[in-house]
Amino acid sequence: MLKSKTFLKKTRAGGVMKIVREHYLRDDIGCGAAGCTACGGAHEGPALEPQPQDPASSLCPQPHYLLPDTNVLLHQIDVLEDPAIRNVIVLQTVLQEVRNRSAPVYKRIRDVTNNQEKHFYTFTNEHHRETYVEQEQGENANDRNDRAIRVAAKWYNEHLKKMSADNQLQVIFITNDRKNKEKAVEEGIPAFTCEEYVKSLTANPELIDRLACLSEEGNEIESGKIIFSEHLPLSKLQQGIKSGTYLQGTFRASRENYLEATVWIHGDNEENKEIILQGLKHLNRAVHEDIVAVELLPKSQWVAPSSVVLHDEGQNEDDVEKEEEREQMLKTAVSEKMLKPTGRVVGIIKRNWRPYCGMLSKSDIKESRRHLFTPADKRIPRIRIETRQASTLEGRRIIVAIDGWPRNSRYPNGHFVKNLGDVGEKETETEVLLLEHDVPHQPFSQAVLSFLPKMPWSITEKDMKNREDLRHLCICSVDPPGCTDIDDALHCRELENGNLEVGVHIADVSHFIRPGNALDQESARRGTTVYLCEKRIDMVPELLSSNLCSLKCDVDRLAFSCIWEMNHSAEILKTKFTKSVINSKASLTYAEAQLRIDSANMRDDITTSLRGLNKLAKILKKKRIEKGALTLSSPEVRFHMDSETHDPIDLQTKELRETNSMVEEFMLLANISVAKKIHEEFSEHALLRKHPAPPPSNYEILVKAAKSRNLEIKTDTAKSLAESLDRAESPTFPYLNTLLRILATRCMMQAVYFCSGMDNDFHHYGLASPIYTHFTSPIRRYADVIVHRLLAVAIGADCTYPELTDKHKLADICKNLNYRHKMAQYAQRASVAFHTQLFFKSKGIVSEEAYILFVRKNAIVVLIPKYGLEGTVFFEEKDKPNPRLIYDDEIPSLKIEDTVFHVFDKVKVKIMLDSSNLQHQKIRMSLVEPQIPGISIPPDNISNMNLNGPEKKKMKFEK
Amino acid sequence: MAGLELLSDQGYRVDGRRAGELRKIQARMGVFAQADGSAYIEQGNTKALAVVYGPHEIRGSRARALPDRALVNCQYSSATFSTGERKRRPHGDRKSCEMGLQLRQTFEAAILTQLHPRSQIDIYVQVLQADGGTYAACVNAATLAVLDAGIPMRDFVCACSAGFVDGTALADLSHVEEAAGGPQLALALLPASGQIALLEMDARLHEDHLERVLEAAAQAARDVHTLLDLVVRQHVREASILLGD
Repeated sequence: MLKSKTFLKKTRAGGVMKIVREHYLRDDIGCGAAGCTACGGAHEGPALEPQPQDPASSLCPQPHYLLPDTNVLLHQIDVLEDPAIRNVIVLQTVLQEVRNRSAPVYKRIRDVTNNQEKHFYTFTNEHHRETYVEQEQGENANDRNDRAIRVAAKWYNEHLKKMSADNQLQVIFITNDRKNKEKAVEEGIPAFTCEEYVKSLTANPELIDRLACLSEEGNEIESGKIIFSEHLPLSKLQQGIKSGTYLQGTFRASRENYLEATVWIHGDNEENKEIILQGLKHLNRAVHEDIVAVELLPKSQWVAPSSVVLHDEGQNEDDVEKEEEREQMLKTAVSEKMLKPTGRVVGIIKRNWRPYCGMLSKSDIKESRRHLFTPADKRIPRIRIETRQASTLEGRRIIVAIDGWPRNSRYPNGHFVKNLGDVGEKETETEVLLLEHDVPHQPFSQAVLSFLPKMPWSITEKDMKNREDLRHLCICSVDPPGCTDIDDALHCRELENGNLEVGVHIADVSHFIRPGNALDQESARRGTTVYLCEKRIDMVPELLSSNLCSLKCDVDRLAFSCIWEMNHSAEILKTKFTKSVINSKASLTYAEAQLRIDSANMRDDITTSLRGLNKLAKILKKKRIEKGALTLSSPEVRFHMDSETHDPIDLQTKELRETNSMVEEFMLLANISVAKKIHEEFSEHALLRKHPAPPPSNYEILVKAAKSRNLEIKTDTAKSLAESLDRAESPTFPYLNTLLRILATRCMMQAVYFCSGMDNDFHHYGLASPIYTHFTSPIRRYADVIVHRLLAVAIGADCTYPELTDKHKLADICKNLNYRHKMAQYAQRASVAFHTQLFFKSKGIVSEEAYILFVRKNAIVVLIPKYGLEGTVFFEEKDKPNPRLIYDDEIPSLKIEDTVFHVFDKVKVKIMLDSSNLQHQKIRMSLVEPQIPGISIPPDNISNMNLNGPEKKKMKFEK
Repeated sequence: MAGLELLSDQGYRVDGRRAGELRKIQARMGVFAQADGSAYIEQGNTKALAVVYGPHEIRGSRARALPDRALVNCQYSSATFSTGERKRRPHGDRKSCEMGLQLRQTFEAAILTQLHPRSQIDIYVQVLQADGGTYAACVNAATLAVLDAGIPMRDFVCACSAGFVDGTALADLSHVEEAAGGPQLALALLPASGQIALLEMDARLHEDHLERVLEAAAQAARDVHTLLDLVVRQHVREASILLGD
């Protein structure tokens, strides 16, 4: 069965190196068409349908298969993913080229190929005896590949004819390359361009919108003038990077100013970590998250990051001159030391485009098919798309993909992908924020669900192996109200020797999620449960999260217990870990638990247990703070939802009770104990969590702000920071301390998961613990599941598996978890912001007291303690004369006319919902007190405010 | 840039083989007249030459002689031109010493050494071209050479390498696959009895996967045996025709 032909391939790598590789050609590769007798049974997996029932194409009415070339696959993947397109042959040559050129497209193609319904077949043409072609003298690799594709297409057509004489089955070659198409037609292969084919699908006109619009090379320069300088080719960039003339980094657009961006330089050298880019031309068509090469400008052209907030509002292409004006505006005089390294983009090393959510800004011209699309993410430029359904898409959230950005175009070109729904509707908005934050939120697949235990479930003899029966203990759980995924429970009892036994019992999720199966893979991918205001995106299916794993009261549940023997001064004498079965006696809320502790006449087991825990927790907390743990603050709010409409009806900052801190204290203790244990057992591959100390420069804002209030904040160690924060009280201003703590929180670094074998700094700065991990919430965090598995192996309760002891795999998991956690946080914040908007929409306009958190060049950022809401008050508006602003970076203060604003000043602001921009409905705040003529609004004539923004906009168009 | 895809979704390896398939094997026995036994083997692009002398009297120090069995002396070398880069490979470097030792262990297990006490058997192997699986090629060549020399053995010794990529065991790794850095296992098998003459692996592989990789290597070694058996039979037939029997 093996036809072997050995041949030589020569490549150059550095010096001259002769590489000899074997290349076997086979005769057992099937064509993939079901029922093909010539290559009977040789195809496995998804195959092509014998009689494709394709949507009628006016160009080729007979049944046919499609055979796209590389560029079609790369650029028109959105079309190919449409359910209307089926029976496609993907050649190995094409797939390899795609793989080398774009990893995301490659992944999507693989997903499509694995979908049985789509009938995509991968044909291994490079190893097929009849379709293999050798590179000819003078032929370059691209031409060879094109030829290989044509040969395969031709072979297919002949092969299918052989299959049965009367069969009209055809293979249609799809290419956008004109020369390639001509050659194909010459050779007798039916060939069309992608556009021709899609347009001929009369039954599916909506597909046309999904076509990527690729301007052909010919007419690229013709129309309009060239705005951008050319990107250098990759080879030149690599040369430049090697020699040091260019720097490689990740492009990060500024959220606040569309003409500004920073580039984070990859590499080890400390200096020039960050480079500023300013102005459209210097940004040179880079899009957020692209990997770019930048060239540093001479020092004379260096600029400082502007504190101006600027949004792109241009409607058409002609306002390039206006842009220049604006760019000038950024370059205000600044002191020498403020200048930062400045550069310009010379080329793109790798695009990191993804489909973007946003809205259509319909063109002013009614008949126009070209419209601008405004992404929800402000860091993404607007995208020009071509669509015929503009009127139906207006006012809806849609997804658009970028196709390219020609040099003569102010905006990138893209195409429509998907319609999500009406703007402002809760489901649509939730979908948008989940998509924008890359939160996997599809329902669990059948494959995943198949690994769930069968109901009714009960604990069997087998489950009891290696497990301790702790059902007799008086265990209870304390959680926020309405919590259904209870993953921790506690107990405390006095032992005969007078010591206390304290147990933390965590849901044994790793008992249900076995390593490597689909359920495990899906949870690993999701990484964390995402809590939105009205919705929870589970990491594990509901059966586990709210039932079998949830440590509800009065049912037997499997748990992983961490049991300490402590003396009355909370010193740990003994630590024991065991898998167990528990039966929780009560599931309490924080408030209920607090009531029990406080009411003197309650003497039952649960209450004494709680009191014991509470007493110990206080001692533990004191010890922890002595060691230098930080108590930080961030305003958190909770919405009271209407039970039927799920609209927020009230907003309230979260209350903290003693019991909150009691539970927290024991969770920290359990996490630290487990971290020590797993690190002891697996020094190379324990999954831990660290919190690096922030660089001193991070504290600048905090120190400066405190100084303005004559307070001193020491930041050399965590302990001195904690102490100076405690000392920073002002008798006349009780809220100051909270504000300082909020600011301190902003200075912190992000805590991250890591694998112990890949790092040597384990310290957790915020908790002042030398080692830390996450063990206590396996229902909602995947990290905890891994930690459970490690601990189970460490105590001999479970067996190990390959991936668990592979530190590179573990590092990959950590990377994903860190990403998912960050995204989940952002999604939560976005959800809160959206609900705050809904709340203020119903509430109308309110005036509230606020404190200044930051001072910017043309705005102040304020915090409203009552709602835990943060907002920006702008002092420059489009239609008003600009007030006199003097900004001082040293003190941070902003002088407007004659009033000076410092950080922490108390102001009064008016809050209202600004819906002038449908896409970004936002909370707008304006100053009420102190009164500045022409800037602040008098508190009484609120009703006269011009709230209907859309009208304003219309007026602008008429001009 | 994406790295090399060692195993495609369709189940083909870089050179077009499926996971369990061997490279093309060609072999010849009796390539040199002066030696007692010799053989040449090609496994894909890996080419090895083996020469056997003995059993004969102990050369050099008599003290090395073993009272109850024959001494097996193996020497491995590889040609300067065996890899893409031309490189002088002096005798007695660490790699060839180790390989010599492994070959010796392998053949001490297979040759009936107790039939020739106080004598010596020399096996010299040279790799002419290396493209992965050099140990396996050496063992297979040496087996044929020992057979050619007429030295009694328990059984053929057939060797093959196996690797592990994305949950699949690959048999008979080529150089590209070896260089990708996954775990690699070398196995020398006595196919009739299924006994293992040598098993060697110096990478980390989880216990759970070992059995599968081992089975892949063993199956490949059995396939090698079928081929070598054909070669031997062919050689004997030719020899008998020449002898005029």
